Amino acid sequence: MLVSTKWLAEYVNTQGLDPKELGEKITRSGIEVDAVIDRTQGMTNVVVGYVKECVKHPEADKLNICQVDVGEETTQIICGAPNVAEGQKVIVARPGAVLPGGMKIKKAKLRGEESNGMICSLQELGIEGRLVPKAYAEGIYVLPETATPGESALPLLGLDDTILELGLTPNRSDALSMLGVAYEVGAILSEDMKYPEATYNEGNEKASDYLSLRVDATSENPMYVAKVVRNVQVKESPLWLQHRLMAAGVRPHNNVVDITNYVLMEYGQPLHAFDYDRLETKEIVVRLANEGEKIVTLDDQERTLKSNHLVITNGKEPVAIAGVMGGANSEVHDGTTTVVIESAYFAGGSVRQTSKDHNLRSDASARFEKGVDPNRVILAAERAASLLAELAGGEVLAGSVVVDELDKTPVEVVVSPDFINNRLGMKISLEDMTSILTRLKFDHQAANGYLYIKAPTRRQDIKIPEDIVEEIARMYGYDEIPMTLPVEESKPGGLTSYQARRRQVRAYLESAGLYQAITYSLTSKEMSRKFALETAPVTELLMPMSEERSTLRQSLIPHLLDAVTYNTARQADTVALYEVGSVFLGETESGLPHEQEHLAAVIAGKWVDHSWQGEKKAVDFFVLKGIVEGLMELLGHSKELTFERAVVDGLHPGRTASIQLAGEEIGLIGQLHPSEQKARDLKETYVVELNLAKVLNKEVEALYYAPVSKFPSITRDIALVVDSEKVAGELQAIIQLSGGRLLKGVHLFDLYEGEKMEPGKKSVAFSLTYFDPERTLTDEEVVNAHNKVLKALAEQAGAELRG
Amino acid sequence: MEAQLQQLKEEALQKIEASQNVKELNDVRVAYLGKKGPITDLLKGMGKLPAEERPKMGALVNVVREEVTEVLEARMTLLQEQAIQEQLEKESIDVTLPGRPVKTGNHHPLTRVVEEIEDLFISMGYEIAEGPEVEKDYYNFEALNLPKGHPARDMQDSFYISEDILLRTHTSPVQARTMEAKEGKPIKIICPGKVYRRDNDDATHSHQFTQIEGLVIGEDIRMSDLKGTLSVFAKKMFGEDREIRLRPSFFPFTEPSVEMDISCFKCGGSGCNVCKKTGWIEILGAGMVHPNVLEMAGYDSKKLSGFAFGMGPERIAMLKYGVEDIRHFYTNDVRFLSQFHRTEV
Repeated sequence: MLVSTKWLAEYVNTQGLDPKELGEKITRSGIEVDAVIDRTQGMTNVVVGYVKECVKHPEADKLNICQVDVGEETTQIICGAPNVAEGQKVIVARPGAVLPGGMKIKKAKLRGEESNGMICSLQELGIEGRLVPKAYAEGIYVLPETATPGESALPLLGLDDTILELGLTPNRSDALSMLGVAYEVGAILSEDMKYPEATYNEGNEKASDYLSLRVDATSENPMYVAKVVRNVQVKESPLWLQHRLMAAGVRPHNNVVDITNYVLMEYGQPLHAFDYDRLETKEIVVRLANEGEKIVTLDDQERTLKSNHLVITNGKEPVAIAGVMGGANSEVHDGTTTVVIESAYFAGGSVRQTSKDHNLRSDASARFEKGVDPNRVILAAERAASLLAELAGGEVLAGSVVVDELDKTPVEVVVSPDFINNRLGMKISLEDMTSILTRLKFDHQAANGYLYIKAPTRRQDIKIPEDIVEEIARMYGYDEIPMTLPVEESKPGGLTSYQARRRQVRAYLESAGLYQAITYSLTSKEMSRKFALETAPVTELLMPMSEERSTLRQSLIPHLLDAVTYNTARQADTVALYEVGSVFLGETESGLPHEQEHLAAVIAGKWVDHSWQGEKKAVDFFVLKGIVEGLMELLGHSKELTFERAVVDGLHPGRTASIQLAGEEIGLIGQLHPSEQKARDLKETYVVELNLAKVLNKEVEALYYAPVSKFPSITRDIALVVDSEKVAGELQAIIQLSGGRLLKGVHLFDLYEGEKMEPGKKSVAFSLTYFDPERTLTDEEVVNAHNKVLKALAEQAGAELRG
Repeated sequence: MEAQLQQLKEEALQKIEASQNVKELNDVRVAYLGKKGPITDLLKGMGKLPAEERPKMGALVNVVREEVTEVLEARMTLLQEQAIQEQLEKESIDVTLPGRPVKTGNHHPLTRVVEEIEDLFISMGYEIAEGPEVEKDYYNFEALNLPKGHPARDMQDSFYISEDILLRTHTSPVQARTMEAKEGKPIKIICPGKVYRRDNDDATHSHQFTQIEGLVIGEDIRMSDLKGTLSVFAKKMFGEDREIRLRPSFFPFTEPSVEMDISCFKCGGSGCNVCKKTGWIEILGAGMVHPNVLEMAGYDSKKLSGFAFGMGPERIAMLKYGVEDIRHFYTNDVRFLSQFHRTEV
């Protein structure tokens, strides 16, 4: 809402406050002033000029040489506007003037002709093009004949004004009108209201002789008032009205339409003007539209209606979409002589739905949606009638045509001063409370320890005691509220075990060299399922903003890969990222997707880079595997952890594993498929994804100390020759199972495949540690245990000791 | 023989003096004092001397031997020290060469902000509550006093999955779910999480962002408690000398509703580019829990009251660290992420 402070002062005494100061007061007590806009924008030397003579420039088709009377002298100005003409009163920026946007006016020569200033359009004075009346949209603005050459043009155009731009919250629709803002300012400054005049002489004929009215949908339209005005002269509105509309962000059209818009801004009550003769039927019927019924609206669009859209009809066909936009067929035009003014109360929900369905928001629909003041419906119609009489020479017919089933009784709120003070933690006196209610112009009475308040209908946000708490608090001042802390039973706060361990997971990964990334949950449908740990239906948006963000992810890897690609393209030589976030799988009984917290990591590029000492290493599978193993050890699951070769779409078929805890799959790890690497212009890139929720929810044994033994352990190394396909994990498992209770550790320390081996064979070397915490082992005991291991290896894996 | 002995002594001392390292000196030792050395030979040759001269000569040889040994040992100590010195010099390194890097990553700046806020409130007895990112319309809107058709729903255009299911537009549904689960008992929670709104991504908008909200419900929770709590938060997060001010605002789920500004942490309130010359920076929205919200969750709004507040970690991080574009948080440029490495306690 744009509020002209000059216009505002017509309804309430603003005590001559500087607009900035006034804006600050309004902000601090409830309505945020987003901006204080000085309409002069520093302009000076902009005056009224009279074009005494206007001839074509001999050297330029599009230029005119004008002799302009600017009061103290007549001076020559070259003007390129197509609509400049002799005899016009125009706006002249004199040499030395500075216009909005920083344009400085100087004496100049244009194609050999002297030009002492500029004849201005409204746009050049900082008025937005969309607000400039159509007649002047492409050229200079022409002032009324009454303007005096030499006088400043700014007051004439209402540009010596300051606008307060209000950022209104949805509850304060009362401030979508100048009167509403005046009430607010009146409450803040303890000032009374001055209401607009709405008096006129009624004609002899009655409105009801001209028009009949029927409302078939009174729940959508509980009140409809129509006034008829005859002998209207459609023309340009007076300048003051035009510039007030422009200040409020509304484009002037003609006096009839301008008056309806002016009253809309003044009262917050949307009005509509019909050309009576074009209605044809002398009848207005308000009803729900027939499904598929069509109407061409004022913006020349044909719109197809649904059966829940409310329309105004002439008894036969729609002439307006109620509360949203009028029809082209009944529009007021230059030749209109009789006007029907509609002032109605349309239900918010109905207007909201209709305006949404047609993607059509207007100043009118915005106000109906939020609820207009039931008690201003008639007042606004009267005000419009009086302005039509005054400014369009109209004759207002007696009475109105009315359907009224609208409840206009104010809401009563009963609240005790104690309740107010308890909620605020304050001790405001009853006198201070009643004084605030008086300033707000809320009807109230104090009795029996309660305040009985009748909330004015303009303030539809006031319904319950808490609303009064807020009114009192904001007017009394939030600065006055003391600072305390809740008094309650003292309980320790904290993280759940899950949350605490998730923090440890993050800390571990970061200390392992990975940066935490946060990527988007929404992705394309194509990418949403990629690398998913399980197969489940995807969750798609009903109306995505783009295909790229249409579906919820089922894996964190794709967006992390995008981050690797992004960083690599920007010369990062190492990218190591992890993310903890939700994936969305299928649907649960409640209808919501199954949300699972996952952990994913990607690494690419150099891992160790300490080149001056000759240490350099690129990432590989085992770097990432080591990180996973370390994580599982941290979480107490290292004993149950296994890796099993797997095939996953998009990953290297020979370098991918399924990660399992006690035989249950919890994740995958692998190298990005070389063809995908190539497509993304990446070197070897490794990814891992874990079902973090499953890992963190898995039970862990309590930590229990084992005494540190004073007895030594004995180590035996073995080098085994096995078939090349034999995997190390299998050998290790055989050793562990066959080693008996004395075998305390198995450690793979060498792997050899090459020339020195028989084809199809490889050598794997393990170091085995035997240990008894109670005593020193004898050689015989170790040999016995060790022989069992060797035997098992030979039998189960065909492993021979390397000679 | 005596003369021979003197000559040997002179020779030995000269060679000791001339030895430049431990090895040369050891050669001298072996040459003169060893079992096959000339001094030993002299002793062996004593048998040829008359018996009465033998003791005198023996003593003389011993004196010479001790003298030579003493000088040799002294020289040896010196040379050994020199050798160690040389070794140390040889082993000295350029201490200005770079060390072997210990590469570590770090928290995303949003996590850094969220954890800082979480920890502050945990120390005040709060617990952390979380909930689903895909929500029912009921918890996201209706239970929060935003019935279908409520104009305030426009404030947050949403991503719907179906008519009744959407991506949550705020973390408030976690509050609604917690209230429902607590069945009328007091609550003190912080709810962090991702939220989604139908916005085109640009420097100040992101279709996905984070929120962190707080909720306290109990007997006689007052607006002054909210103000005091927010003041503690502002001082902890933005500096001890921060002041706060509350401005009236509107949220459907609170009444009264306020927005909180803090005095500018950059200029202290005198006006600068961070606070847009106002001296104040808007940080969060808050209010007293609306009785409809309490009643919907089964709380008796006559007996219990509460406050709630909510803020955007992106905004806080942008203000605190001077980040100018919200998209940086989701691009995951390592050059951005790695700037949040150092601690700042």
